[in-house]
Amino acid sequence: MAGSGIAPAERGRADDMARARTLPLHQDGSTRFLPWLIALMVFLAALAVGAAFALDTALERWNDGLRGTLTVQLPRPAGGGPLAPATMEAALAAMRAVPGIVSAVPLDAAAQSALLKPWLGDNADAVELPLPVLVDLRLAAGASIDDAALARKLDHLVPGARVETHGAWLDQLFRLASMVEIGTAAIVLLIGSVAIVTVIFTTRTGLMIHAPVVDLLHLMGAPNLYIARQFQWHAFRLGVRGGVIGLVLALLAFGALYLAAQQGAATADLMPGFRLPIGAWISVLALPLGMGLAGLMTARITVLRALARMP
Amino acid sequence: MRYGRGPEILHDLDLDLAPGAFHFLTGASGAGKSTLLRLLYLAERPTRGRVFLFDRDIAQVPQRELPGLRRQIGVVFQDFRLLDHLSALDNVALPMRVAGAREDTIREHVVDLLRWVGLENFVNAKPSTLSGGQQQRIAIARAVITRPQLLLADEPTGNVDDAIALRLLHLFEELNRRGTTVVIATHNEALIERFGYPTLEIENGRVRHRAGRARAG
Repeated sequence: MAGSGIAPAERGRADDMARARTLPLHQDGSTRFLPWLIALMVFLAALAVGAAFALDTALERWNDGLRGTLTVQLPRPAGGGPLAPATMEAALAAMRAVPGIVSAVPLDAAAQSALLKPWLGDNADAVELPLPVLVDLRLAAGASIDDAALARKLDHLVPGARVETHGAWLDQLFRLASMVEIGTAAIVLLIGSVAIVTVIFTTRTGLMIHAPVVDLLHLMGAPNLYIARQFQWHAFRLGVRGGVIGLVLALLAFGALYLAAQQGAATADLMPGFRLPIGAWISVLALPLGMGLAGLMTARITVLRALARMP
Repeated sequence: MRYGRGPEILHDLDLDLAPGAFHFLTGASGAGKSTLLRLLYLAERPTRGRVFLFDRDIAQVPQRELPGLRRQIGVVFQDFRLLDHLSALDNVALPMRVAGAREDTIREHVVDLLRWVGLENFVNAKPSTLSGGQQQRIAIARAVITRPQLLLADEPTGNVDDAIALRLLHLFEELNRRGTTVVIATHNEALIERFGYPTLEIENGRVRHRAGRARAG
Protein backbone atom coordinates (compact mmCIF):
# COMPACT_ATOMS: atom_id res chain seq x y z
CA MET A 1 0.00 0.00 0.00
CA ALA A 2 1.10 3.47 -0.69
CA GLY A 3 2.80 5.38 2.03
CA SER A 4 3.13 9.15 2.25
CA GLY A 5 2.49 12.05 4.55
CA ILE A 6 -0.72 13.92 5.21
CA ALA A 7 -1.48 17.46 4.20
CA PRO A 8 -1.64 19.88 7.18
CA ALA A 9 -5.34 20.45 6.72
CA GLU A 10 -5.89 16.73 6.74
CA ARG A 11 -3.72 16.43 9.82
CA GLY A 12 -5.88 18.93 11.68
CA ARG A 13 -8.91 16.99 10.69
CA ALA A 14 -7.26 13.74 11.60
CA ASP A 15 -6.68 15.08 15.09
CA ASP A 16 -10.42 15.22 15.41
CA MET A 17 -10.63 11.51 14.80
CA ALA A 18 -9.97 10.76 18.44
CA ARG A 19 -13.02 12.77 19.32
CA ALA A 20 -15.24 11.21 16.69
CA ARG A 21 -18.27 9.61 18.22
CA THR A 22 -18.91 6.24 16.71
CA LEU A 23 -22.49 6.17 17.91
CA PRO A 24 -24.36 9.41 17.17
CA LEU A 25 -26.16 9.33 20.50
CA HIS A 26 -25.98 13.13 20.78
CA GLN A 27 -28.22 13.38 17.72
CA ASP A 28 -30.76 11.09 19.30
CA GLY A 29 -34.15 12.75 19.66
CA SER A 30 -35.37 10.08 22.07
CA THR A 31 -33.13 11.43 24.85
CA ARG A 32 -34.00 15.10 24.32
CA PHE A 33 -36.39 15.19 27.26
CA LEU A 34 -34.35 12.98 29.58
CA PRO A 35 -32.45 15.87 31.22
CA TRP A 36 -35.74 17.62 31.98
CA LEU A 37 -37.24 14.46 33.48
CA ILE A 38 -34.13 14.02 35.59
CA ALA A 39 -34.20 17.71 36.51
CA LEU A 40 -37.72 17.27 37.85
CA MET A 41 -36.72 14.15 39.79
CA VAL A 42 -33.67 15.84 41.29
CA PHE A 43 -35.76 18.89 42.17
CA LEU A 44 -38.33 16.73 44.00
CA ALA A 45 -35.64 14.65 45.68
CA ALA A 46 -33.80 17.80 46.80
CA LEU A 47 -37.02 19.24 48.24
CA ALA A 48 -37.74 15.99 50.08
CA VAL A 49 -34.20 15.78 51.45
CA GLY A 50 -34.24 19.47 52.37
CA ALA A 51 -37.58 19.17 54.13
CA ALA A 52 -36.46 16.15 56.14
CA PHE A 53 -33.22 17.81 57.20
CA ALA A 54 -34.96 21.11 57.99
CA LEU A 55 -37.49 19.33 60.22
CA ASP A 56 -34.71 17.41 61.91
CA THR A 57 -32.79 20.62 62.53
CA ALA A 58 -35.86 22.38 63.95
CA LEU A 59 -36.53 19.45 66.29
CA GLU A 60 -32.93 19.39 67.44
CA ARG A 61 -33.14 23.09 68.23
CA TRP A 62 -36.38 22.61 70.19
CA ASN A 63 -34.88 19.64 71.99
CA ASP A 64 -31.74 21.58 72.87
CA GLY A 65 -33.88 24.44 74.17
CA LEU A 66 -35.96 22.16 76.35
CA ARG A 67 -33.23 19.81 77.55
CA GLY A 68 -32.69 20.15 81.31
CA THR A 69 -35.93 22.04 81.90
CA LEU A 70 -39.34 21.17 83.33
CA THR A 71 -42.44 23.21 83.76
CA VAL A 72 -44.67 22.96 86.79
CA GLN A 73 -48.29 24.06 86.57
CA LEU A 74 -49.88 25.15 89.84
CA PRO A 75 -53.63 25.69 89.41
CA ARG A 76 -55.11 28.80 90.95
CA PRO A 77 -57.75 28.34 93.65
CA ALA A 78 -61.38 28.13 92.61
CA GLY A 79 -62.59 31.62 91.80
CA GLY A 80 -59.40 32.55 89.95
CA GLY A 81 -57.56 34.44 92.65
CA PRO A 82 -53.82 34.26 93.12
CA LEU A 83 -52.16 31.44 95.02
CA ALA A 84 -51.60 32.17 98.68
CA PRO A 85 -47.96 33.33 99.13
CA ALA A 86 -47.41 30.68 101.77
CA THR A 87 -48.66 27.94 99.46
CA MET A 88 -46.50 29.28 96.66
CA GLU A 89 -43.43 29.39 98.90
CA ALA A 90 -44.09 25.87 100.16
CA ALA A 91 -44.40 24.58 96.62
CA LEU A 92 -41.21 26.32 95.51
CA ALA A 93 -39.37 25.00 98.55
CA ALA A 94 -40.56 21.50 97.77
CA MET A 95 -39.25 21.83 94.24
CA ARG A 96 -35.89 23.29 95.26
CA ALA A 97 -35.46 20.49 97.79
CA VAL A 98 -35.35 17.87 95.07
CA PRO A 99 -31.75 16.85 94.30
CA GLY A 100 -30.82 17.88 90.73
CA ILE A 101 -33.05 20.93 90.57
CA VAL A 102 -30.87 24.03 90.53
CA SER A 103 -33.59 26.64 90.18
CA ALA A 104 -37.37 27.00 90.42
CA VAL A 105 -38.57 30.38 89.14
CA PRO A 106 -42.25 31.29 88.76
CA LEU A 107 -43.05 33.06 85.51
CA ASP A 108 -44.26 36.58 85.96
CA ALA A 109 -47.21 38.04 84.09
CA ALA A 110 -45.01 39.45 81.31
CA ALA A 111 -43.37 36.07 80.69
CA GLN A 112 -46.76 34.35 80.62
CA SER A 113 -48.06 36.94 78.17
CA ALA A 114 -45.01 36.32 75.97
CA LEU A 115 -45.85 32.60 75.93
CA LEU A 116 -49.42 33.35 74.88
CA LYS A 117 -48.41 35.85 72.23
CA PRO A 118 -47.96 33.33 69.38
CA TRP A 119 -51.57 32.18 69.86
CA LEU A 120 -53.34 35.27 71.09
CA GLY A 121 -51.24 38.10 69.71
CA ASP A 122 -50.16 41.32 71.40
CA ASN A 123 -53.30 41.57 73.50
CA ALA A 124 -52.62 38.34 75.39
CA ASP A 125 -52.10 40.09 78.72
CA ALA A 126 -55.46 41.78 78.40
CA VAL A 127 -57.34 38.56 78.17
CA GLU A 128 -58.77 37.23 81.39
CA LEU A 129 -58.04 33.53 81.44
CA PRO A 130 -57.90 31.08 84.37
CA LEU A 131 -54.24 30.36 83.75
CA PRO A 132 -52.20 28.29 86.22
CA VAL A 133 -49.04 29.61 87.73
CA LEU A 134 -46.11 28.34 85.73
CA VAL A 135 -42.81 27.53 87.38
CA ASP A 136 -39.71 27.05 85.30
CA LEU A 137 -37.45 24.33 86.72
CA ARG A 138 -33.82 24.03 85.68
CA LEU A 139 -31.91 20.82 86.24
CA ALA A 140 -28.21 20.40 86.83
CA ALA A 141 -26.27 19.16 83.77
CA GLY A 142 -26.94 15.47 83.30
CA ALA A 143 -29.34 15.32 86.25
CA SER A 144 -32.67 13.54 86.12
CA ILE A 145 -35.46 13.61 88.63
CA ASP A 146 -38.47 11.49 89.50
CA ASP A 147 -41.08 13.81 88.05
CA ALA A 148 -43.98 11.57 89.20
CA ALA A 149 -42.81 11.75 92.81
CA LEU A 150 -42.45 15.52 92.54
CA ALA A 151 -45.95 15.78 91.07
CA ARG A 152 -47.38 13.74 93.95
CA LYS A 153 -45.57 15.88 96.50
CA LEU A 154 -46.80 19.10 94.87
CA ASP A 155 -50.33 17.73 94.57
CA HIS A 156 -50.51 17.58 98.36
CA LEU A 157 -49.59 21.25 98.55
CA VAL A 158 -51.51 22.52 95.51
CA PRO A 159 -54.20 20.09 94.38
CA GLY A 160 -54.09 19.56 90.65
CA ALA A 161 -50.38 20.50 90.31
CA ARG A 162 -48.71 19.02 87.26
CA VAL A 163 -45.10 18.48 86.25
CA GLU A 164 -44.55 18.81 82.51
CA THR A 165 -41.35 17.18 81.33
CA HIS A 166 -41.99 18.05 77.63
CA GLY A 167 -41.05 14.43 76.91
CA ALA A 168 -44.47 13.33 75.68
CA TRP A 169 -44.90 15.91 72.92
CA LEU A 170 -41.21 15.80 72.04
CA ASP A 171 -41.57 12.02 71.65
CA GLN A 172 -44.49 12.60 69.34
CA LEU A 173 -42.51 15.14 67.35
CA PHE A 174 -39.57 12.79 67.07
CA ARG A 175 -41.89 9.99 65.97
CA LEU A 176 -43.27 12.37 63.37
CA ALA A 177 -39.73 13.28 62.33
CA SER A 178 -38.84 9.58 62.00
CA MET A 179 -41.89 9.02 59.83
CA VAL A 180 -40.94 12.01 57.70
CA GLU A 181 -37.40 10.64 57.36
CA ILE A 182 -38.73 7.22 56.33
CA GLY A 183 -41.12 8.92 53.94
CA THR A 184 -38.27 10.99 52.50
CA ALA A 185 -36.10 7.91 52.06
CA ALA A 186 -39.03 6.20 50.31
CA ILE A 187 -39.56 9.22 48.04
CA VAL A 188 -35.86 9.40 47.17
CA LEU A 189 -35.84 5.63 46.54
CA LEU A 190 -38.94 5.95 44.37
CA ILE A 191 -37.45 8.85 42.43
CA GLY A 192 -34.22 6.90 42.00
CA SER A 193 -36.19 3.86 40.77
CA VAL A 194 -38.13 5.97 38.30
CA ALA A 195 -34.87 7.53 37.08
CA ILE A 196 -33.34 4.08 36.61
CA VAL A 197 -36.39 2.78 34.74
CA THR A 198 -36.33 5.91 32.56
CA VAL A 199 -32.66 5.40 31.74
CA ILE A 200 -33.28 1.71 30.96
CA PHE A 201 -36.11 2.71 28.64
CA THR A 202 -34.14 5.42 26.84
CA THR A 203 -31.05 3.20 26.58
CA ARG A 204 -33.10 0.40 25.04
CA THR A 205 -34.67 2.90 22.67
CA GLY A 206 -31.18 4.13 21.81
CA LEU A 207 -30.07 0.56 21.16
CA MET A 208 -33.02 0.07 18.81
CA ILE A 209 -32.47 3.39 17.02
CA HIS A 210 -28.77 2.71 16.59
CA ALA A 211 -29.08 -1.03 16.02
CA PRO A 212 -27.38 -0.87 12.59
CA VAL A 213 -24.34 0.91 14.06
CA VAL A 214 -24.24 -1.33 17.13
CA ASP A 215 -24.50 -4.38 14.89
CA LEU A 216 -21.68 -3.09 12.68
CA LEU A 217 -19.41 -2.40 15.64
CA HIS A 218 -20.24 -5.81 17.05
CA LEU A 219 -19.29 -7.49 13.76
CA MET A 220 -16.08 -5.48 13.59
CA GLY A 221 -15.07 -7.02 16.87
CA ALA A 222 -15.77 -4.09 19.14
CA PRO A 223 -15.64 -5.34 22.72
CA ASN A 224 -19.01 -5.02 24.42
CA LEU A 225 -17.49 -2.51 26.81
CA TYR A 226 -16.45 -0.29 23.87
CA ILE A 227 -20.11 0.02 22.88
CA ALA A 228 -21.41 0.16 26.44
CA ARG A 229 -19.02 3.00 27.33
CA GLN A 230 -20.52 5.24 24.68
CA PHE A 231 -24.01 4.71 26.07
CA GLN A 232 -22.91 5.00 29.68
CA TRP A 233 -21.08 8.31 29.27
CA HIS A 234 -23.96 9.67 27.22
CA ALA A 235 -26.33 8.72 30.06
CA PHE A 236 -23.89 10.21 32.58
CA ARG A 237 -23.78 13.54 30.73
CA LEU A 238 -27.56 13.67 30.45
CA GLY A 239 -27.97 12.71 34.11
CA VAL A 240 -25.55 15.35 35.35
CA ARG A 241 -27.02 17.98 33.02
CA GLY A 242 -30.55 17.23 34.24
CA GLY A 243 -29.30 16.99 37.80
CA VAL A 244 -27.70 20.43 37.65
CA ILE A 245 -30.90 21.96 36.26
CA GLY A 246 -32.91 20.29 39.04
CA LEU A 247 -30.37 21.43 41.63
CA VAL A 248 -30.57 25.05 40.48
CA LEU A 249 -34.36 24.89 40.70
CA ALA A 250 -34.12 23.33 44.16
CA LEU A 251 -31.69 26.01 45.35
CA LEU A 252 -34.09 28.69 44.13
CA ALA A 253 -36.88 26.93 46.03
CA PHE A 254 -34.72 26.75 49.16
CA GLY A 255 -34.00 30.45 48.81
CA ALA A 256 -37.71 31.19 48.56
CA LEU A 257 -38.44 28.96 51.58
CA TYR A 258 -35.69 30.67 53.56
CA LEU A 259 -37.10 34.11 52.79
CA ALA A 260 -40.63 32.94 53.58
CA ALA A 261 -39.45 31.46 56.88
CA GLN A 262 -37.59 34.66 57.74
CA GLN A 263 -40.67 36.70 56.99
CA GLY A 264 -42.87 34.24 58.86
CA ALA A 265 -40.58 34.25 61.88
CA ALA A 266 -40.83 38.03 61.98
CA THR A 267 -44.60 37.93 62.15
CA ALA A 268 -45.28 34.60 63.87
CA ASP A 269 -43.15 33.48 66.79
CA LEU A 270 -44.02 29.80 66.29
CA MET A 271 -42.68 29.67 62.72
CA PRO A 272 -39.38 27.80 62.73
CA GLY A 273 -36.56 29.18 60.59
CA PHE A 274 -35.53 27.30 57.43
CA ARG A 275 -31.98 26.14 57.94
CA LEU A 276 -30.18 23.19 56.44
CA PRO A 277 -27.24 21.48 58.12
CA ILE A 278 -24.04 20.75 56.22
CA GLY A 279 -25.15 17.12 55.72
CA ALA A 280 -28.23 18.32 53.85
CA TRP A 281 -26.17 20.57 51.60
CA ILE A 282 -23.78 17.72 50.82
CA SER A 283 -26.71 15.38 50.09
CA VAL A 284 -28.48 17.90 47.86
CA LEU A 285 -25.34 19.02 46.04
CA ALA A 286 -24.40 15.38 45.43
CA LEU A 287 -27.72 14.65 43.73
CA PRO A 288 -26.63 15.60 40.16
CA LEU A 289 -23.49 13.50 40.43
CA GLY A 290 -25.49 10.67 41.99
CA MET A 291 -28.03 10.88 39.19
CA GLY A 292 -25.23 10.86 36.62
CA LEU A 293 -23.60 7.82 38.18
CA ALA A 294 -26.93 6.01 38.46
CA GLY A 295 -27.52 6.73 34.76
CA LEU A 296 -24.02 5.59 33.90
CA MET A 297 -24.33 2.26 35.69
CA THR A 298 -27.86 1.65 34.46
CA ALA A 299 -26.96 2.32 30.82
CA ARG A 300 -23.83 0.20 31.10
CA ILE A 301 -25.66 -2.80 32.53
CA THR A 302 -28.55 -2.42 30.07
CA VAL A 303 -26.23 -2.34 27.05
CA LEU A 304 -24.00 -5.17 28.27
CA ARG A 305 -27.05 -7.38 28.86
CA ALA A 306 -28.40 -6.59 25.40
CA LEU A 307 -25.05 -7.24 23.72
CA ALA A 308 -24.64 -10.53 25.57
CA ARG A 309 -27.72 -11.77 23.70
CA MET A 310 -26.18 -11.06 20.30
CA PRO A 311 -24.60 -13.97 18.36
CA MET B 1 -28.64 -23.11 8.12
CA ARG B 2 -32.11 -21.57 8.30
CA TYR B 3 -33.61 -18.32 9.59
CA GLY B 4 -36.27 -18.94 12.22
CA ARG B 5 -38.67 -21.56 10.96
CA GLY B 6 -37.98 -20.78 7.32
CA PRO B 7 -36.57 -23.21 4.79
CA GLU B 8 -33.00 -24.45 5.02
CA ILE B 9 -30.90 -22.06 3.00
CA LEU B 10 -27.66 -23.98 3.22
CA HIS B 11 -27.29 -27.67 3.93
CA ASP B 12 -24.77 -30.49 3.59
CA LEU B 13 -22.12 -27.81 3.57
CA ASP B 14 -18.57 -29.09 3.75
CA LEU B 15 -16.26 -26.21 3.17
CA ASP B 16 -12.62 -25.88 4.05
CA LEU B 17 -10.86 -22.61 3.34
CA ALA B 18 -7.13 -23.07 3.60
CA PRO B 19 -5.17 -20.21 5.13
CA GLY B 20 -4.01 -17.88 2.39
CA ALA B 21 -6.58 -19.14 -0.13
CA PHE B 22 -8.42 -16.91 -2.58
CA HIS B 23 -11.95 -17.90 -3.58
CA PHE B 24 -14.76 -16.41 -5.53
CA LEU B 25 -18.25 -17.19 -4.25
CA THR B 26 -20.99 -17.19 -6.79
CA GLY B 27 -24.56 -18.30 -7.27
CA ALA B 28 -27.94 -16.94 -8.25
CA SER B 29 -29.56 -14.18 -6.22
CA GLY B 30 -31.04 -15.67 -3.07
CA ALA B 31 -28.89 -18.80 -3.37
CA GLY B 32 -27.31 -18.18 0.04
CA LYS B 33 -24.06 -16.35 -0.71
CA SER B 34 -24.71 -13.67 1.87
CA THR B 35 -25.85 -16.27 4.40
CA LEU B 36 -22.62 -18.19 3.94
CA LEU B 37 -20.65 -14.99 4.41
CA ARG B 38 -22.71 -14.16 7.52
CA LEU B 39 -21.79 -17.55 8.95
CA LEU B 40 -18.14 -16.85 8.21
CA TYR B 41 -18.07 -13.39 9.76
CA LEU B 42 -19.91 -14.69 12.82
CA ALA B 43 -23.12 -12.75 12.36
CA GLU B 44 -25.04 -16.02 12.50
CA ARG B 45 -24.65 -19.33 14.24
CA PRO B 46 -25.46 -22.45 12.21
CA THR B 47 -28.75 -24.07 13.20
CA ARG B 48 -26.90 -27.36 12.96
CA GLY B 49 -23.36 -28.32 12.15
CA ARG B 50 -20.17 -26.59 13.20
CA VAL B 51 -18.03 -23.72 12.07
CA PHE B 52 -14.31 -23.74 12.69
CA LEU B 53 -12.52 -20.45 12.31
CA PHE B 54 -8.78 -20.05 12.71
CA ASP B 55 -8.73 -23.65 13.99
CA ARG B 56 -11.29 -22.93 16.69
CA ASP B 57 -14.78 -24.36 17.02
CA ILE B 58 -16.91 -21.24 17.23
CA ALA B 59 -19.49 -22.99 19.41
CA GLN B 60 -16.78 -23.57 22.01
CA VAL B 61 -15.29 -20.08 21.96
CA PRO B 62 -16.20 -18.09 25.09
CA GLN B 63 -18.28 -14.98 24.43
CA ARG B 64 -15.50 -12.70 25.63
CA GLU B 65 -13.09 -14.05 23.00
CA LEU B 66 -15.42 -13.58 20.03
CA PRO B 67 -14.57 -9.88 19.49
CA GLY B 68 -10.90 -10.84 19.13
CA LEU B 69 -11.82 -13.39 16.46
CA ARG B 70 -14.06 -10.91 14.66
CA ARG B 71 -11.22 -8.38 14.52
CA GLN B 72 -9.30 -10.86 12.39
CA ILE B 73 -12.07 -10.75 9.79
CA GLY B 74 -12.56 -7.90 7.35
CA VAL B 75 -15.97 -7.58 5.74
CA VAL B 76 -17.10 -5.57 2.74
CA PHE B 77 -20.87 -5.44 3.04
CA GLN B 78 -23.05 -5.39 -0.03
CA ASP B 79 -24.81 -2.25 1.24
CA PHE B 80 -21.46 -0.81 2.47
CA ARG B 81 -22.87 -0.01 5.93
CA LEU B 82 -20.93 3.21 6.23
CA LEU B 83 -21.78 5.52 9.10
CA ASP B 84 -23.29 8.69 7.68
CA HIS B 85 -22.40 10.86 10.66
CA LEU B 86 -18.70 10.07 10.28
CA SER B 87 -16.28 11.28 7.61
CA ALA B 88 -14.61 8.94 5.15
CA LEU B 89 -11.54 9.13 7.38
CA ASP B 90 -13.43 8.16 10.51
CA ASN B 91 -15.31 5.39 8.76
CA VAL B 92 -12.10 3.77 7.58
CA ALA B 93 -10.54 4.30 11.01
CA LEU B 94 -13.34 2.46 12.79
CA PRO B 95 -11.83 -1.07 12.91
CA MET B 96 -8.51 0.27 14.21
CA ARG B 97 -10.22 2.42 16.79
CA VAL B 98 -12.35 -0.51 17.89
CA ALA B 99 -9.17 -2.54 18.24
CA GLY B 100 -7.72 0.16 20.48
CA ALA B 101 -4.95 1.30 18.11
CA ARG B 102 -3.10 4.54 18.85
CA GLU B 103 -4.49 7.62 17.15
CA ASP B 104 -1.23 8.52 15.41
CA THR B 105 -1.00 5.00 13.97
CA ILE B 106 -4.62 5.18 12.89
CA ARG B 107 -4.08 8.52 11.20
CA GLU B 108 -1.06 7.31 9.29
CA HIS B 109 -2.67 4.09 8.07
CA VAL B 110 -6.05 5.55 7.20
CA VAL B 111 -4.78 8.44 5.13
CA ASP B 112 -2.36 6.18 3.27
CA LEU B 113 -5.13 3.74 2.48
CA LEU B 114 -7.54 6.45 1.36
CA ARG B 115 -4.85 7.70 -0.96
CA TRP B 116 -4.36 4.18 -2.26
CA VAL B 117 -8.03 3.78 -3.12
CA GLY B 118 -8.00 7.17 -4.82
CA LEU B 119 -9.99 9.08 -2.22
CA GLU B 120 -7.28 11.30 -0.78
CA ASN B 121 -9.34 14.35 -1.67
CA PHE B 122 -12.39 13.06 0.18
CA VAL B 123 -11.03 12.37 3.65
CA ASN B 124 -13.46 14.78 5.27
CA ALA B 125 -16.42 13.91 3.08
CA LYS B 126 -19.48 12.34 4.61
CA PRO B 127 -20.57 9.13 2.82
CA SER B 128 -23.89 10.65 1.78
CA THR B 129 -22.01 13.17 -0.39
CA LEU B 130 -20.06 10.46 -2.24
CA SER B 131 -20.99 8.38 -5.25
CA GLY B 132 -21.81 4.68 -4.93
CA GLY B 133 -18.40 3.73 -6.23
CA GLN B 134 -16.61 6.05 -3.80
CA GLN B 135 -18.64 4.67 -0.93
CA GLN B 136 -17.73 1.18 -1.99
CA ARG B 137 -14.03 2.03 -1.98
CA ILE B 138 -14.36 3.44 1.54
CA ALA B 139 -16.13 0.25 2.61
CA ILE B 140 -13.27 -1.77 1.14
CA ALA B 141 -10.64 0.43 2.76
CA ARG B 142 -12.41 -0.07 6.09
CA ALA B 143 -12.43 -3.83 5.61
CA VAL B 144 -8.73 -4.09 4.88
CA ILE B 145 -7.33 -1.39 7.18
CA THR B 146 -6.38 -3.90 9.87
CA ARG B 147 -4.95 -6.40 7.37
CA PRO B 148 -7.31 -9.13 8.51
CA GLN B 149 -6.56 -12.85 8.31
CA LEU B 150 -9.84 -13.42 6.50
CA LEU B 151 -11.41 -10.95 4.08
CA LEU B 152 -15.03 -11.47 3.06
CA ALA B 153 -16.49 -9.22 0.40
CA ASP B 154 -20.08 -9.24 -0.77
CA GLU B 155 -20.26 -7.88 -4.31
CA PRO B 156 -17.36 -5.49 -3.74
CA THR B 157 -17.17 -4.40 -7.36
CA GLY B 158 -20.87 -4.00 -7.98
CA ASN B 159 -20.84 -0.19 -8.14
CA VAL B 160 -17.50 0.61 -9.66
CA ASP B 161 -16.27 0.78 -13.22
CA ASP B 162 -14.02 -1.88 -14.66
CA ALA B 163 -10.81 0.02 -14.03
CA ILE B 164 -11.62 0.53 -10.34
CA ALA B 165 -12.86 -3.06 -10.09
CA LEU B 166 -9.54 -4.33 -11.39
CA ARG B 167 -7.66 -2.06 -9.03
CA LEU B 168 -9.69 -3.30 -6.05
CA LEU B 169 -9.17 -6.91 -7.06
CA HIS B 170 -5.45 -6.22 -7.22
CA LEU B 171 -5.66 -4.82 -3.71
CA PHE B 172 -7.36 -8.03 -2.56
CA GLU B 173 -4.66 -10.02 -4.32
CA GLU B 174 -1.96 -8.02 -2.56
CA LEU B 175 -3.58 -8.73 0.78
CA ASN B 176 -3.88 -12.38 -0.19
CA ARG B 177 -0.18 -12.49 -1.03
CA ARG B 178 0.49 -11.21 2.49
CA GLY B 179 -1.41 -14.18 3.89
CA THR B 180 -5.00 -13.01 4.05
CA THR B 181 -7.60 -15.57 3.08
CA VAL B 182 -10.00 -13.90 0.66
CA VAL B 183 -13.58 -14.84 -0.27
CA ILE B 184 -15.35 -12.58 -2.76
CA ALA B 185 -19.01 -13.04 -3.53
CA THR B 186 -19.73 -11.77 -7.01
CA HIS B 187 -21.95 -12.20 -10.03
CA ASN B 188 -19.22 -10.84 -12.26
CA GLU B 189 -18.28 -13.90 -14.34
CA ALA B 190 -15.84 -11.85 -16.38
CA LEU B 191 -13.91 -10.98 -13.25
CA ILE B 192 -13.95 -14.59 -12.09
CA GLU B 193 -12.73 -15.69 -15.50
CA ARG B 194 -10.06 -13.01 -15.63
CA PHE B 195 -8.53 -13.75 -12.23
CA GLY B 196 -9.03 -17.49 -12.43
CA TYR B 197 -9.19 -18.27 -8.74
CA PRO B 198 -11.18 -21.27 -7.41
CA THR B 199 -14.90 -20.66 -7.17
CA LEU B 200 -17.49 -21.80 -4.64
CA GLU B 201 -20.80 -22.00 -6.42
CA ILE B 202 -23.98 -22.21 -4.36
CA GLU B 203 -26.88 -23.99 -5.97
CA ASN B 204 -29.95 -25.42 -4.26
CA GLY B 205 -28.43 -24.78 -0.84
CA ARG B 206 -25.30 -26.79 -1.61
CA VAL B 207 -21.83 -25.55 -2.34
CA ARG B 208 -20.03 -26.84 -5.43
CA HIS B 209 -16.29 -26.36 -5.77
CA ARG B 210 -14.96 -25.22 -9.10
CA ALA B 211 -11.24 -25.39 -9.49
CA GLY B 212 -9.39 -22.32 -10.60
CA ARG B 213 -6.67 -21.95 -13.12
CA ALA B 214 -3.48 -20.07 -13.31
CA ARG B 215 -4.23 -16.33 -13.45
CA ALA B 216 -4.23 -14.86 -16.92
CA GLY B 217 -2.95 -11.46 -15.72
